[in-house]
Amino acid sequence: MTRTSRALKRVARTAATAVVSAVFAVTLMLTARAETIAFTGARIIPVTATPIESGTLLVRDGKIAAVGASGSVRIPRGARAVDVSGTVIVPGLVDSHSHIGEVAGGDSSAPLAPETRVLDSINIRDAGFKRARAGGITSVNLMAGSGLLMSGQTIYVKLRKGNTIESLAYRTADGRIAGGMKMANGTNSRRDPPFPGTRAKSASLVRQQFVAAQEYRDKIRRADGDADKLPDRNLGLEALVEILDGERVVHHHTHRHDDIVTALRLREEFGYRLVLHHVSEADRVAAEIAAANVPVSLILVDSPGGKLEAMNLNFESPPVLEKAGVDVGFHTDDYITDSRLFLRMGALAVRTGMSREKAIEALTLANARILELDGRIGSLEEDKDADFVVLSGDPFSVYTRVLETWVEGKKVFDLDDPDDRAVAEGAYGALMPYSVAHEFHGYGEGHR
Amino acid sequence: MIAGARLALCALLLVASVTAQSQDIAVRGKMVYPVTGEPIQDGVVLVREGKIAAVGRADRVRIPNGVEVIDAAVVTPGLIDARSVVGLAGYLNQPDDQDQIERSEAIQPELRAIDAYNAREALIGWLRSFGITTVHTGHAPGEVISGQTMIVKTTGDTVADSVIVPLAMIAATLGEGAVVENGNGRKSPGNRSKAVAMLRAELVKARGYAEKKGTENEGGDEEKEPPSRDLRLDALAAVLAGEIPLLITAHRHNDIMTALRVQEEFGFRLVLDGAAEAHQLLDVIKAADVPVLIHAPMARAYGERENMSFTTPAKLAKEQIPFAFQSGFEGYVPKTRVVLFEAAVAVQHGLPFERALAGLTIEAANILGIEDRVGSIEVGKDGDLALYDGDPFEYTSHAVGTIIDGVQVSKLER
Repeated sequence: MTRTSRALKRVARTAATAVVSAVFAVTLMLTARAETIAFTGARIIPVTATPIESGTLLVRDGKIAAVGASGSVRIPRGARAVDVSGTVIVPGLVDSHSHIGEVAGGDSSAPLAPETRVLDSINIRDAGFKRARAGGITSVNLMAGSGLLMSGQTIYVKLRKGNTIESLAYRTADGRIAGGMKMANGTNSRRDPPFPGTRAKSASLVRQQFVAAQEYRDKIRRADGDADKLPDRNLGLEALVEILDGERVVHHHTHRHDDIVTALRLREEFGYRLVLHHVSEADRVAAEIAAANVPVSLILVDSPGGKLEAMNLNFESPPVLEKAGVDVGFHTDDYITDSRLFLRMGALAVRTGMSREKAIEALTLANARILELDGRIGSLEEDKDADFVVLSGDPFSVYTRVLETWVEGKKVFDLDDPDDRAVAEGAYGALMPYSVAHEFHGYGEGHR
Repeated sequence: MIAGARLALCALLLVASVTAQSQDIAVRGKMVYPVTGEPIQDGVVLVREGKIAAVGRADRVRIPNGVEVIDAAVVTPGLIDARSVVGLAGYLNQPDDQDQIERSEAIQPELRAIDAYNAREALIGWLRSFGITTVHTGHAPGEVISGQTMIVKTTGDTVADSVIVPLAMIAATLGEGAVVENGNGRKSPGNRSKAVAMLRAELVKARGYAEKKGTENEGGDEEKEPPSRDLRLDALAAVLAGEIPLLITAHRHNDIMTALRVQEEFGFRLVLDGAAEAHQLLDVIKAADVPVLIHAPMARAYGERENMSFTTPAKLAKEQIPFAFQSGFEGYVPKTRVVLFEAAVAVQHGLPFERALAGLTIEAANILGIEDRVGSIEVGKDGDLALYDGDPFEYTSHAVGTIIDGVQVSKLER
């Protein structure tokens, strides 16, 4: 294939993507068009505003048309009014790190696999999607494991009901599938060659790859559209150029204080946008994280250890990070913690001293910011997607249940529905075929 | 032999308790849950010399001068984790701190938990800080018979300090968990039938051994050679004699049925462990009168547990099947679960508060056979207490103190 034809193909592909995206967008608009519904009487926690003790949430065409105190929101004629008095409505939860859907990225052949896309691995019928909806999760970042330094392109997914991963995928403004890049340092990616054996080697391999991407980008720039001067296409480097150009966020698995700082150092060198994930020892380097203005996607698990880099995991990080001014989101790391119990993560953070306001934000808007979707989701505000959860009570009480989950104005989970309840509580056959067992038993043995 | 070991360990324990600091303490609780009695508002628990000396309303229990007094919103008996591997499975999860399973043979009931218990393991301190004072720990599920279990208090620097029952049960496994995986150098058991055949054959052998020993003990026929002492068969003979239960881990309905079938054949005391599909067999389990150490509700729902339900504890309670909570075994993170958190999820899914608390205390003590020492706040029992600043099951409450044998062993707010 000549370079010219390659370039033409690239143009054609971009055009095709745009057309496909446009078709999708139209389809979505049509399917999302629904009646106008007014949810009245609930305690509403908009996240971006103070909680409303008795409020009305007005939903139209899959968007939030209005939210406010009862009486202050005019309910249009013809709208269906649903009395949800006694419940609590919060924004649809956003999970910034999950492995539902049998996700996979790079294999054991190389420590860096930026060319792999989890998009190409997802089983849309995996019960994990149902479990997530049962937990009030409406948007999720699906990622490969941490057994590689760079395990592939992640995907941001809206948990509307659909038969294809394409119909669930968030899109960027230019129509691309939205997602970041999963990276890892520390112990999980230390293996026999060609994998690195030390931390320094790990960092070196990553730096070399980014240097290559810089040169690749320079060549493309110098070609200035001249097909003869364009470098051969390289799928991996293309993805890395997106990172360098700020179009793809790095989601970095990292636990130990020095590994966290190494992740910050690499980001400083190459100037990409970074989210730190897990960060078991975040409380030890909170000031450094805050100074770098890098957000954190935190997990709290029920005991320390399980591996060396998590030996100092504790319950102290949420309040320490909050005080330091770090933007904190939470994640399930499902199967590490179950999506059905995601609210519990916020509650545990409150237990350890985080404010309730920040804890609910960490489950919603902070994660939306982490996924750069905060213009669309993460809070209950006019014109945002009508993604919300109806709870039986206080979001952080053990006695509270998720009653309903709504995505774009459509109910995707209802505890009163027997099938949905079976998923929410577990029942014989409810979760078959079981989801990520192969991932869990695979090369990474559940590396989170 | 078993009795001898127990005696030796008890003697060591005695030494430890004599050298311990004062074991007098009084706890005032806005709400005291004795578990075996009605909750007491504004109650006091008085512990003297490590034992509960009095419990009752504040105006009826006199606190002697000089006894340290602690206040808490909620006071419960020290919690019991009815099945764990802490102390054997270290928190670092490196090959050299994982002693909960031995892969050389499928059946090794002679492996003692006391020989592998690390009393200073970090996870024990972690559990202690949440109010857990007693743990039934030992060999993990994963072989047809993986070894023995023991019961410890979550305190002490050595196994002798910690142990209260050196040999509690023998741990067996049915189902996928007992089947050998490729590449571990063994071929059997390669499936369920073979695993059960191996288990039955060993029990038959132990029965013959016990019978021979029995005859010898009666001192009858002098021409018969007494059998050579066999540690493996000694342990199984204790099971067949009803001295200790066989703890069978079985998750799927067919494996639970197999456990009951083998129990019926040999007549040993059976305790069911895990039992993810118990909700499918409530009437059968009830009729068999077998207690259940139910899997952690937050254990992962895949593999043998793919059909598990958060509502199983509530269903067991409704059927009045005896059950208690356990942390189980985790191969990755979290390296141990916390039974307090596990019971909370059962409460979220319909288990009444009182039954959940009983499942962490007296019901666990009953199943483990230690109800004369722990599991409730009653005069004469061990001075083991857990203190909370609110509803213990509420996610946002904190454990604020743990007392074992009258000594405050945790002051952390957690």
